[in-house]
Amino acid sequence: MSHKHFRMIGLGVLWSLLIILVAACAAPASAPQPAQSGASTKPIVIGFTASQTGKLNVESKKQIQGMQLWLDDVKKAGGIKLADGTMVMPDIKFYDDESTTERVQALYTKLINEDNVDFLISPYSSGLAKAAAVVSEQNGKVMLTTGAADDATMEQGFKSTYQLYTPASRYLAGAVDLLGQMDPALKKIAIVHEKDSFSTSVANAANEYAKSKGYDVVLFEGYDTGTTDFSPFINKITAASPDAIMGGGHFQDGTTLAKQLYEKQVPVKFVALLVAPPEPKFVEIGDAANGIIGPSQWEPLVKYSPESASAANLPWYGPTVANFVSAYKAKYNEDPSYHAAGGYAAGLLLQKAIEDSGSLDAAKVQAALDKMDLLTFYGHVKFSTDAKTHGKQDAHSMVYMQWQKGADGKFVSQIVFPPEAKSADAQLRK
Amino acid sequence: MNLEALLASGIDGLMLGFVYGIAAMGLTLIFGVMRVINLAHGPIIALGMFSVYLLTNQLGLNPYLAIPITVLLGLAFGMVMYFVAVNRVINEPELTTLLATFAVSLIIIGLGTVAFTTTPRALDVNLGALRSGQITVLGTKAVAVLIAILVAAGLYALLYRTRVGKSIRAVANNRSAAEIMGINTRGILAFSFGLGTALAATAGGLIATLFAFTILSGGTFELKSFVIVVLGGLGNPTGALVGGILLGLLEGVFTIFIPVGWVPVIEYVIFVLILLVRPNGLFGART
Amino acid sequence: MKTTATESRAVVGTRFGERIRLNLQPFYWLMLALILLAAFIPIVTGSSNLREQLFLVLMAVILASSVNIIMGYTGYVSFGHIVFFGIGGYIAFFLMLNYQVHLVPAALVAGIAASGLALLIGIPVLRLRGAYFALATIGINEAVRSFVNNFEPFGGSVGMFFNVQVFEAYGGSRNALWLAYYGIVAVALLTVTASYLIKRSKFGLGLMAIREDQDAAQVLGINPTRYKVAAYTISALFPALAGAIFFFKNGIIEPAPAFNLTASIVSLVAVMLGGFGTVAGPIIGGVVYDRLREFLLTSSIFSSLHVAIAGVLLLLIVLFVPAGLIGELRRRIPILRRFIE
Repeated sequence: MSHKHFRMIGLGVLWSLLIILVAACAAPASAPQPAQSGASTKPIVIGFTASQTGKLNVESKKQIQGMQLWLDDVKKAGGIKLADGTMVMPDIKFYDDESTTERVQALYTKLINEDNVDFLISPYSSGLAKAAAVVSEQNGKVMLTTGAADDATMEQGFKSTYQLYTPASRYLAGAVDLLGQMDPALKKIAIVHEKDSFSTSVANAANEYAKSKGYDVVLFEGYDTGTTDFSPFINKITAASPDAIMGGGHFQDGTTLAKQLYEKQVPVKFVALLVAPPEPKFVEIGDAANGIIGPSQWEPLVKYSPESASAANLPWYGPTVANFVSAYKAKYNEDPSYHAAGGYAAGLLLQKAIEDSGSLDAAKVQAALDKMDLLTFYGHVKFSTDAKTHGKQDAHSMVYMQWQKGADGKFVSQIVFPPEAKSADAQLRK
Repeated sequence: MNLEALLASGIDGLMLGFVYGIAAMGLTLIFGVMRVINLAHGPIIALGMFSVYLLTNQLGLNPYLAIPITVLLGLAFGMVMYFVAVNRVINEPELTTLLATFAVSLIIIGLGTVAFTTTPRALDVNLGALRSGQITVLGTKAVAVLIAILVAAGLYALLYRTRVGKSIRAVANNRSAAEIMGINTRGILAFSFGLGTALAATAGGLIATLFAFTILSGGTFELKSFVIVVLGGLGNPTGALVGGILLGLLEGVFTIFIPVGWVPVIEYVIFVLILLVRPNGLFGART
Repeated sequence: MKTTATESRAVVGTRFGERIRLNLQPFYWLMLALILLAAFIPIVTGSSNLREQLFLVLMAVILASSVNIIMGYTGYVSFGHIVFFGIGGYIAFFLMLNYQVHLVPAALVAGIAASGLALLIGIPVLRLRGAYFALATIGINEAVRSFVNNFEPFGGSVGMFFNVQVFEAYGGSRNALWLAYYGIVAVALLTVTASYLIKRSKFGLGLMAIREDQDAAQVLGINPTRYKVAAYTISALFPALAGAIFFFKNGIIEPAPAFNLTASIVSLVAVMLGGFGTVAGPIIGGVVYDRLREFLLTSSIFSSLHVAIAGVLLLLIVLFVPAGLIGELRRRIPILRRFIE
């Protein structure tokens, strides 16, 4: 009896759901944003998708936090001023992309056509950003990519897509240079990387660069994304007796790899891993973090300042590094990572391009971005204007951080490379 | 080939194999008793990880004290899950039970992502290590192996030395006959399901003492459990333990001989081949 | 084989109480008309937003309807059916990228290749029954995924990507996206037609006989292996075509999204939601599940909980409406059985 009853209810619920859904789809899109009062303010919307669920959730969340902080700052300042005196008041609109490319194009089309966003920011990660760029290019929208470092993505002949991150090919080049500076006798490098798109491109570039510099790459292998135990692989690395290990992938595998290298007491002098070390949480692995080097797009200790801008004959724009760090700490109660800085910088550079062009017209903003060559808290930014690599990041450079144990036994993340940015000398592992 | 590296990797793989084995025992026990493949297996392993993590970090328990509690929580979770999601469709074709358990997996992953995000967590457990040349035996791994052996022995004793175990075997053998003999089949099914999830949760707890993890980490171990269960024969808990050890060993040894990226390819090819050639497992009867 | 199929039809027909076979053509034309009507709205209004949404809906319909042929009609739960989607995508992408093949021939080659592969692996794998078969299909998907991840001609773990200029051959990326849309509409119509024709044919009856009792079907003279492998081969064609079109549109292909086991399970959910073994079920199921997911994803209230809500809904359906929307309607209102397959 109750069985039948349930079935009846279930069926009823399902069909009514179906009808509601169909109705919801047929109904016109959500009402436009209520206009901010005052004739001289003009609201605009910046759209993107974020990985609120799935494996990219952490990095993506940091990116949104950075962007949110930028939005607060603009609102506090009363908006962005255009040439005719109109104040532009930005807002952001985003959907969850579940960390997969499947729905990215549909969501970006929705943002463009249904939510009528004015500008776009990319999703986190190169693969997702590429799928979004196809749609944004097709619609002639300006899109700033952040959290997407792939070189190949930016060699597509894009016209209105601009990359904030230093491309992947340059991620580990500095680490190779640093190794040479520290001890020219260390010649044997093992490059081990996660077998995913981003880490593989970085590793391929590092492999070539190291060889061109006369290094002996004794092991060059990728491990599966799902790898949880590196012990057997570490035995293989040890057997190749390298002086340095470079590679890694993302946070989880990088952390485990560092931890197990320590547990197995692998006698290497130099370890540089992607993505994981710059995250403040990396240090939770304790002594295993000691001496690990990580390439970073940005660190709280970077020394970019209005003075260094004028010394390099570049204009300075936006908050100082200290202001950004303290505002971020005040709002989120944690140190900003480079993903967070990238999120803030995406908003900031868009703001600058709107101000420079004095307009919201896509072509004019694009022209302003093409001309842009400046220093901010995030560093030097200049986009390629070459037709083939248009929009690719040309000027921004990586910094290399290392976890070092202070006199009080606490770990500090120090910048150790390049020399003009360093806050401490790099140390070899014992 | 470097013999020492091979030996070291063999030992590493072997030790991890015990943990794989415990996880797979949970999956295979459930299948053996009620012909259900539990697609929430991976998320339950992840819940086991978080159970130990939270008990240790929030309540300040010793992680190894948190494991028996996790066993009980896993048992309770499984029994509730059985009555909510499985009992009603236990006699339906396998697609129905596959989807019912998959629905539970979606619920766990969905709520888990909201509650814990996908930020990796790690327990800081350090029990020292025994070292000899390249060979390293970590204390945490040794204890994990020990616990895995205890759990396996406990399960064996339960199945073959107790009345409940007899009932479970009877239900697995022939449910309607067991019913006629006066066995409360529904209770036995629920208990068996709980035992399966308890094993999964225990494996998760042990893994949490070894590696960093997120709410999504169970997925890898779920796939490995499928491979192991087929190696050992579907429905055969002893086979699963042996299969787990075998898989760990294979992973360790293969890593030395071939590029490490190819190891999963070999694993899954072996998996499909065994299904085709010896569907009852390496130790089962030929068909 | 001819005579035996006829015999089995009589017996099976009795068994299902479906001896009366009215002319059901109108139902087929109605379905086709509905899909075409929906497909025409974005073409007429030029709305690219609607086009993108319908693209995903139609893709869900294709995946669900094709897996229904092997699962719903034949009773073999192909858990890793997405493997054909990925293979189709990869082969077509490879041809388009390296040999500048046009989308249409590339997709056709990819479809035929995927079907050929299904034929080869189907012969041994379809000997397995029930859970063993389901596990084997998962294993095949994972084996192919990890293989492609290491296979350099396909770009290995980096995958492959188009230069935007590739789209110039199609008259710019705007036209390319429209072409992809027309393509997916065509594949959807093809899939539904195949699904319908199989269900109504002697071949389909043979499959359903195997689903109900393989041994009995064999006694009746049906060659189960031949029937099952044929069904598997056909059901591999459509996901491969859809994969070719999807990744063409995406401009990038990587192993993880191409062989995504979750997407595979989602299409099973769609079949279950609409009605196992019916023609209309997977269509309705695909439409409803896809719209529901997007609704949850983009709504501000549910966005973070959408995975859990999808789980709860699925559980309720499996427990209380196991026949699915169409199946339950047919069960409840017998007269509809004449009109809805």
